[in-house]
Parts: sequence; C-alpha cells; structure tokens
Amino acid sequence: MRINSFFYTIGQGFKNLGRNKWYTLASIATIGACLFLFGLVFSIINNIQYFVHTAEEGVSVTVFFNEGVSEDQILAVKTDLEKRPEVRQINYIDPETAWEEFKNSYLVEYADGFTENPLADSASLEIYLNDVSLQGALVTYIESIDVVREINRSEITADTLSGLNKLMAYVSMGIIIILLLVSIFLISNTVTMGIAVRKDEINIMKYIGATDFFVRAPFVVEGIMIGIIGSLIPLLILYYVYGSAINYVHTQFAMLASILPFLPVEQIYSQLVPISLAIGIGIGFMGSFTTVRKHLHV
Amino acid sequence: MEKGFRKKSGRQIPEGEVITLDHVTKSYSSSGAPALNDVTLHIKKGEFVFIVGDSGSGKSTLIKLLLRELVPTSGEITVLGYNLNKIKHSKIPKFRRNLGIVFQDFRLLKDRNVYENVAFAQRIVQTSTREIKRNVPSILATVNLAGKYKSKINQLSGGEQQRVALARALINKPTILLADEPTGNLDPNNSWEIMGLMEKINESGTTVIVVTHNREIVNAMKKRVVTMKKGVIIEDEEEGTYIDED
Repeated sequence: MRINSFFYTIGQGFKNLGRNKWYTLASIATIGACLFLFGLVFSIINNIQYFVHTAEEGVSVTVFFNEGVSEDQILAVKTDLEKRPEVRQINYIDPETAWEEFKNSYLVEYADGFTENPLADSASLEIYLNDVSLQGALVTYIESIDVVREINRSEITADTLSGLNKLMAYVSMGIIIILLLVSIFLISNTVTMGIAVRKDEINIMKYIGATDFFVRAPFVVEGIMIGIIGSLIPLLILYYVYGSAINYVHTQFAMLASILPFLPVEQIYSQLVPISLAIGIGIGFMGSFTTVRKHLHV
Repeated sequence: MEKGFRKKSGRQIPEGEVITLDHVTKSYSSSGAPALNDVTLHIKKGEFVFIVGDSGSGKSTLIKLLLRELVPTSGEITVLGYNLNKIKHSKIPKFRRNLGIVFQDFRLLKDRNVYENVAFAQRIVQTSTREIKRNVPSILATVNLAGKYKSKINQLSGGEQQRVALARALINKPTILLADEPTGNLDPNNSWEIMGLMEKINESGTTVIVVTHNREIVNAMKKRVVTMKKGVIIEDEEEGTYIDED
C-alpha cells in the first residue's frame, strides 16, 4: 500500500467523525456514560475496600506472659512468631511502657500514689496481622506456647471485618462484572447500529473495487477515536468529582475524614485509566472491525 | 489481463471476447425456478449491448453474477480472463477495478462532494494525489459537471447525480462499463444525455452493457439487444429492438 493511501484511510477515519456527527456524539455519550458509571462504582468500591483493609490493619492480638518470664524469653517468642505468614508486625511492650500508657490513659494525677510499677509482670507482644481471618490459627498456635499466660483478642471485630472483606470482594466483583457487561453491550450496540446504517456506503466502496482493508480502516480509526474520546471524558469528569468529594468530606466532616480514609485519586486512576481506555478503545476497535466485516461480503 | 484470456480458466476464450457465460444457471433456492437458466452469452471487446426484459427475467441476477456479487449454481463465467467461479475473495477488488458500474439509484457517497466521490475511485486504485487532481477535473468536464465539483450530492438533480456516477465509473478507464437501469430514475432529456455519453464512451473502445426497461432508447440506438425472459435468453440480435411482448 502506498504511503499516501495509508494516510488517506487514516484521514478518512478522522473525517468520518465529523461526517457522522450524530453517530459520533451518540457513541461518545454512550461510552462516556457507561464508563463514568463504571468509574464511579469502581472508585466507591475501592474506597470501601481500602477502609475495611485499614480497619483490619488496626486489629491486633495482645499476648501476656507468665510471671518471671524474662525479656529475652519474650523476645525469643517474638522472633519465632515473626516467621509466621499471618503476622505483619509485632511490637514488644515492656512493663515500663505499659505502665506509662496506662497512667496517661486512665490515672493521670492519681498515678502519683504508686511507687512501684504494678504492671511489672505485664510485658506483652502486640501482634498485627496480614489478614484478620487468620487470627484463629495464630491464636491456637500462641496458646500452645508454654510461657504464655493470656491472649487478648477481639474475635467479633476480626470475624466482622473478615466477613465484610469477603462480602465486599464478592459484591464488588459482581457489580463490576455486571457494569462491564452492560457497558460492553451498550457500547457495541451503538457502534454496530452506527455502522449498519452505513452499509450502503460499504457496498458502494466494495462495488468500485475497494479492498477490505481500504473499506475497514477508516471505520476502525473512527471506532478507536470514539473509544479514546469516550473514555477520556468520564475520566476527566470523575477526576474532578472525586477530588471535590474528598475535599468536601474533609472540610465539612472533619471527624469523619479521620475515621474514613480515602484512597488518593492517583492510586484509583493508576488502575481506572488503563481499564477505561482498554474498554473504550477495545470496544471501539472490535465493534467497528466485526461490524464492517459483516458487510464486506458484497 | 486483457491479453490472452486463457490464464484463469485454463479454457480457450475466443479472441477479443471480454465476457463469456457458459451454460450458467443461478438458483436462489433448491425448490424454486432458477433466476437464470442455462444461459450462454458471449460479448466482445468494444461492443455496446442492451440487456432487456421484464421484471423477473433475470437481468439483475446477470449483473450481480458479472460483478461477482453472486456465484453461479452451475456453468462458468469468465470476465476479462477472470474465472468468476474460482476467483479468490481477495482478488475480487482487483477484478472489479476493470469494470465501471452505474446503478439506477446512483449509489454515491452522500456525505462527500462531487470531487470526493469521483476521486474516491482513484484513491482505491492508489493513484497519487497529484494525478487525482489532474484526472478528476478532466473527467468531470467530460460529463459536463466541471463547475459543480464542490457541490454536495444532495444539491444535484437526478441527471447530475447519474453523471457523477458515470464519471466515477469512467475515471479508472475501465474495459467494461456495466449500467443497471441507468435511466430508470431520470426524465427523458437526462436519459438521452446519459445514453449519449455512454455511446461516446463506447466509441472510444470501452465495452458497454446496459440493462434497461427503456424501449424508446433501445429501439432508437440500434445496438445489440439481448432479450431475457424467465431466466433465459429468448433473443439476441445485432441492431435489435426491444419487442413489446404484450
């Protein structure tokens, strides 16, 4: 193929956007609406999962030891536990630190009456988990260690968060799949209909000796361009909406903002941009490619 | 491809013959009567042929077979040395570039202007932009549309649209011009103008095949007339007439 013919077919794809204004607008609007909805749900779900994950990270198991157990023994247990896959982080709380925290939290000025540390035998290990659903297995293991006196844990919190996490994973997966399918169906339908009404144009080209490539290339370029524009518009709108929503919550509900952490927009967009572009361009390309093929056998 | 029409079919084609239908039958369904029934037809280079007949006589099927839009159920079709029974899908565009085609409903690209419609046919055969800029005005002048090259298709009359279609058909200098009811949507004046242009094109050596219902034109032009009825050729005569069956 001559280079000027190649650029001609590409140029025709761009010109087609203007020649078929209503089809272009309808396709961009459909892709944009679907991907905006998809991006919105994607952002919400990711934030909820982030919130649950953050809450999970705060769940800890506290291990207390028998009287007379030395710091070295406790640190040996710590080293042993750190090797386990469930464990993310272990903090050793020595008796002095424990007493300081207790005083500051509960006794304040009344603590002056104590001359000795009443928590002298209360050194502990504060264990944070990678996954709260594994808490049970870890506790069973710790119970088997002979120097351990007591284990404090919140079974209800762990179970609730673990259940919520699983539920969120299923629900988000389901919603995203449904939205994706609806988007693919709507977008490909729009592209298909837009090209089907131009089947006469394809027939004419074929009758006067155009090759399949020559007929198809402008439609495919057009489809890809519609996909790119249709993906970028909702991404830009959502970027603004997301930033505004976070800003609003931070200024209007300062208390809530400290409890509910938001994912930074960059983190959401690192996944959302490639997914949206892949859907938009992919459907634009595939829709035009396959629809034109249906009309090529003239 | 015009020289030595033996390559594609392996069968000897008589010297100067551009179209050969050899016992061609075309059925659309296994139960109904065939649209074309055992038709044999030979057309030589430079001939002007009218194909006439009532609706359902098989004229449109014949045109579709010649364009390789349809494949015969039996028999063999050779056009310009291409065996249309065996031609590969990828070779069809190249084959069609040897034909100029004019339809009753013009079939122009309505979202493009006159110049772009005609230039499109040259783009397809990968003519350089410089040549296109030279060729298009020249062919538009031939069909008396030089002043309307910028006009949109919907701004033209039926006769003008058909002349654009004719210009598009001729720009690549086809060996055969196929016209399917070219005057079907035109008034008598425009019909005669189009037929006059076709006669001029034929005089320059292009084989012209016109499918038509227009008795007045057929009878006045004194060309070869192939008359079809119910899928068979019932008459084929030089300087023939379109006989009123009724």
